[in-house]
Amino acid sequence: MPDLGQARRGVLGGVDPSSGTGMLAVLPPLSRLIFRGRISTIGRVAAAFGVEPAMEPCRASVSGERAALWLGPDEWLLLARESEAPDLIEKLTVALAPLSFSLVDVSHRQVGLKVSGEHAALLLSAGCPLDLDRQAFPIGMCTRTLLQKTEIVLWRIAETAFHLEVARSFAPYAWGFLEQAERDL
Amino acid sequence: MSAPFRLEGGGRIDRTRTLHFTFDGKPYAGFAGDTLASALLANGVHLVGRSFKYHRPRGIVAAGSDEPNALVSVGSGPRFTPNLRATQVELHDGLVAQSQNHWPSVNFDLGALNDLFSPLFPAGFYYKTFMWPKSAWKRFYEPKIRAMAGLGHAPTLPDPDSYAQRYAHCDALIIGAGPAGIAAALAAEAHGARVILCDEEAELGGSLLAERKGIIEGKDASAWLADAVAKLRQSPKVRWLSRTTAFGYFPHNMLGLAERMTDHLAAPADGRPRERLWQVRAKEVVLATGALERPLVFPDNDRPGIMLAGAARQYLTRYAVKPGSRAVVATAHDEAYRAALELAAASVEIAAIVDIRQDMPGPWAARARAAGLRVLPSTTLCATSGRHRVSRVEIAPCGSDGKIGARSRLDCDLVLMCGGFTPTIHLFSQARGKLRFAEKLNAFLPDGGAENLRCAGACRGIFGLESAIADGVAAGEAAARDAVGGRVEAVHAPVPLSEDGGGGRLEPLPNHRSPHRVKAFVDFQNDVTAKDVKLAVREGFRSIEHIKRYTTTGMATDQGKTSNMNALGIAASALDKPLPTVGLTTFRMPYTPVTFGAFAGSARGELFDPVRVTSTHEWAKVKGAVFEDVGQWKRARYFPVKGEDMQRAVARECQAVRQSVGLFDGSTLGKIEIVGPDAAEFMNRIYVNPWTKLEPGRCRYGVMLREDGSILDDGVVGRLAADRFHVTTTTGGAVQVLNHMEDFLQTEWSGLDCWLTSTTEQWAVIAVQGPESRKVLERLVEDIDLSSAAMPHMSVRQGHICGVPTRLFRVSFTGELGFEINVPADYGRAIWEAVFDAGFSRRITPYGTEAMHVMRAEKGYIIVGQDTDGTVTADDVGLSWAIGKAKKDFVGKRSLARPAMTDADRKQLVGLLPENPELVLEEGAQIVADRQSAIGQKMIGRKMMGEKMIGHVTSSYFSVALGRGIALAMVAGGRRRMGETLCVPMPEGVIKAVVTNPVFLDPEGKRLDA
Amino acid sequence: MLLIDCPFCGKRPELEFRYGGEAHIARPDDPSEFGDKAWGQFLYGRSNQRGMHAERWRHVHGCGRFFNALRDTTNDRFAATYKIGEERPALPEAQGAVEA
Repeated sequence: MPDLGQARRGVLGGVDPSSGTGMLAVLPPLSRLIFRGRISTIGRVAAAFGVEPAMEPCRASVSGERAALWLGPDEWLLLARESEAPDLIEKLTVALAPLSFSLVDVSHRQVGLKVSGEHAALLLSAGCPLDLDRQAFPIGMCTRTLLQKTEIVLWRIAETAFHLEVARSFAPYAWGFLEQAERDL
Repeated sequence: MSAPFRLEGGGRIDRTRTLHFTFDGKPYAGFAGDTLASALLANGVHLVGRSFKYHRPRGIVAAGSDEPNALVSVGSGPRFTPNLRATQVELHDGLVAQSQNHWPSVNFDLGALNDLFSPLFPAGFYYKTFMWPKSAWKRFYEPKIRAMAGLGHAPTLPDPDSYAQRYAHCDALIIGAGPAGIAAALAAEAHGARVILCDEEAELGGSLLAERKGIIEGKDASAWLADAVAKLRQSPKVRWLSRTTAFGYFPHNMLGLAERMTDHLAAPADGRPRERLWQVRAKEVVLATGALERPLVFPDNDRPGIMLAGAARQYLTRYAVKPGSRAVVATAHDEAYRAALELAAASVEIAAIVDIRQDMPGPWAARARAAGLRVLPSTTLCATSGRHRVSRVEIAPCGSDGKIGARSRLDCDLVLMCGGFTPTIHLFSQARGKLRFAEKLNAFLPDGGAENLRCAGACRGIFGLESAIADGVAAGEAAARDAVGGRVEAVHAPVPLSEDGGGGRLEPLPNHRSPHRVKAFVDFQNDVTAKDVKLAVREGFRSIEHIKRYTTTGMATDQGKTSNMNALGIAASALDKPLPTVGLTTFRMPYTPVTFGAFAGSARGELFDPVRVTSTHEWAKVKGAVFEDVGQWKRARYFPVKGEDMQRAVARECQAVRQSVGLFDGSTLGKIEIVGPDAAEFMNRIYVNPWTKLEPGRCRYGVMLREDGSILDDGVVGRLAADRFHVTTTTGGAVQVLNHMEDFLQTEWSGLDCWLTSTTEQWAVIAVQGPESRKVLERLVEDIDLSSAAMPHMSVRQGHICGVPTRLFRVSFTGELGFEINVPADYGRAIWEAVFDAGFSRRITPYGTEAMHVMRAEKGYIIVGQDTDGTVTADDVGLSWAIGKAKKDFVGKRSLARPAMTDADRKQLVGLLPENPELVLEEGAQIVADRQSAIGQKMIGRKMMGEKMIGHVTSSYFSVALGRGIALAMVAGGRRRMGETLCVPMPEGVIKAVVTNPVFLDPEGKRLDA
Repeated sequence: MLLIDCPFCGKRPELEFRYGGEAHIARPDDPSEFGDKAWGQFLYGRSNQRGMHAERWRHVHGCGRFFNALRDTTNDRFAATYKIGEERPALPEAQGAVEA
């Protein structure tokens, strides 16, 4: 029996990131967990995960290589290193017992992209209808929104850098769209 | 050598850069900064096209986007664009332009015969003539009319250019970069606002570009403009967009702008988009869109060489072009005097200024007389002549009673006309703003009630340079105050509306001729005359909207720019009603035409729509799979080998699954994870099935209804733990099912402790189906006992396959022993290949959606959306066994008790076997009860069919397993009709088919439990 | 394109939302007690308001929440948006009035 534990094949494995001006990158695999539950559970998530999920809408909190992104008033996306998901699930489950909550591994559900550079916001505005001025969309802001014909999670990680989460099967479209937007800048 | 009508100096053209171009194949030269129109005029070319209906020779009337006549085709090959206004086409070296609407040439056009027969083409002629015979309309009249009329030709080659789009946001969007707009932009910027300023012209400046003598803030106008533009360019808070038309005003201050990026370049850089569509959301909008000069309506006012006075002035001052040598000026407004004076100063002879007014209150008439010009008050222009260019006019004194005195003739090669000014309120009206009629200005002005916007300058009736700038400052400040808030104060007040008259004229100039013989054009572009508008009223049209459609005045690309007010004035007097009560027609976007490319943007080719593929897509492609579109997904339909057609490939694939083992990618199925202590209770409420007693590790086929009782979706659900369900939905239903569930959870049952997470894309799903499937999987699965005792049909286990975590389902959509392997999607390809390799010795066969469909139909399994529509209940398709009878309530339960839902004659799912086993019924075919009604249906037609139709075929295939065609059908009272022979009338004849149980194969389900 | 004030995320473009029909039509606790006529009214009876209309929206490409809104159907202006479970806000007369 073959051991295929290392045989991951990402949906954007074939893209050539050197084709453009270097504003676009495919991020390496991450652990992704969707945590859903009542606000009263958040304290224990913070303790077990090491990052306190934001209560303020559309805000991400970060600590080291972990981040918690507010997606809705009872929904957070927890990001961590690729290998950590099983341990994290166990740790959080123990820490939260006996409270009610939902924790679901979605590590493969979506793909991380990075758009960076002086014109990152301008590039995204080719397909994102939000105001990406840094006053309106400051560093640390995150939200589900749209990129032309696909939904994304958009997270500003620096003045000139955004982290995008795209559903797996929409990732080739999103990448193609971003490449076109880069050419059209 | 310079062109004959180019002045020695002046203008905003670059005389060091000579540009060569052709018009109708003839070479000409112009300068950088020219438009095609100004360059043609510099070369003495006035005849630039033929009119829409009568094919009359037409010349350049205007100098901007209001040009109704000079529509030309530009470019060649794939870069060919028809119907561009020559007044907006910027000259570049090598430009190729053609006139339109004529055959064989613009100078000799056979279509001009239409003009002679014009009595045949009155308003609405196509509603009145060509009525008989009826069949000729489609075959003969319409194609001929379409070939004769219409503007230029559509390009036929694929567009090689790309088109970009961009969203933008600002505090103040200022539309129009004339004096008011620039002043508003500077003021808003100074008060801290993020500003976008756009203008349709290549250069910012609007009327300032043709301003010779104006002084602004102590500076000469062009110096002020240069300083202002420099300031705007330097400000990081201002984005200025030239060559950008604000074409549409959409709700909540969203505006569409079309930016033309490369058309003005001789050689556009590769890959640079040709146009960019901006969708701008502005907190505040300032419309500084100016006003358009109106033509006067007089007989034969459409000859080349007859142009708007302001346009002539623009050609002179902005492009240093003399539009003629000897001009007659016809006016009802002071502004024409300014044009006359400036043209006279450039040594254009002014034969006379013919003013229909008796009194000229302003200083201009005196100035003209002082300059030695001949001013004739109370005089009308009653005729023009000249074949391809105006050569003579007739004028006559005219009293206020409209009586005409003795006529005299004036030779000329240019007629300037000015009927007054119409504020450009298109965008304001699109924003649902209210208008009021200002009598003294003869104009509709903005009067509130719109979005967060304000108007400044001429578009709200504030004329004059100083006033426009002051008004712009006030508007810019107020916009900044309302958008930015805080400490911003608007210091200046809007300029009060002047009470001066001088608003021009909205009626035709009086003439001596029979009104039936006169063509005095109201709408040049659509060839509508004053006579046509009056005729429409005589024929009973009362509403201005109806008059517009009947006569076509102000329609199409013109959008009433030059024609609206004159048409309204004529309609009002024909209706004998005050003009404001007749009202304006609705303004629609776009203000000027926008290319389809701009709207399409990147949505073409590979980016037309997302193409969603599964993790095994590349593998299937290499194997030669034929794909089908299922929503945005590409799914392998079948895997032909050695030149097989679909039928053979599907037969082989089905056989492999029934006899050995097959492999199928089911990843596109929707998946939702429902977690929490109340998960089972939620499931009980949302599905018809009972869930409380389903043990962890077991699966159940679930059906959910809409509240109206119809089937919404179905799918297998696995219970992973007491508080965790793995739900699957149909491929197409994934999004709406999640929405449906969230709706109930959030709005009706917010007290339940359970949560939903979409996992559709988390899992790759590999179905391994067939009697040998267990043997294949046993070699790969490590920690799950696959035996029937340990893992019966409809169970789920978690473990590992080839070292990869899996949720392994024992389920079947084929009727065979089968498993569905769920692995995290990035492992999908590797596991698929591992299964394929492991099954090699058993001739494992990949199969596609077509074989899947055949096999599920053999088992009578429905596909929601194919065998059901929005009217079908669970009982209709034989699924009432799934309903938890003991449950007090679930979504849709109450509706199932409504009388119509329990009617014994409802359509029910049955099997159909054609009497001829070779036949495969057509999906969608209608079913009738007996041969008699089938024949009757054939004889009497549709009506009979409606009465006798008792059902329809929903699924139909050739079944290799059964050796015959099989079908599923919805038939009224179908379950009562078992064994009956029904008829399926088809064009080739009636097909007989016998009603059977819809489960054709292995009704006991022995294969499933193997 | 409308600009809609999500009670959680603030003003967002209409593209991110999905319309959810008329608001404040609560599902009865026990539908079986409803007669056929009353149930038919619950399923299909809608006010089809000209003027201020209470309606549901879902910020489907945002926080995912359903919420309620008061929108004037004559001019598309929103008078209020509010969370599920909150009372329909009272509006000053003039705002609630139907324009002629």
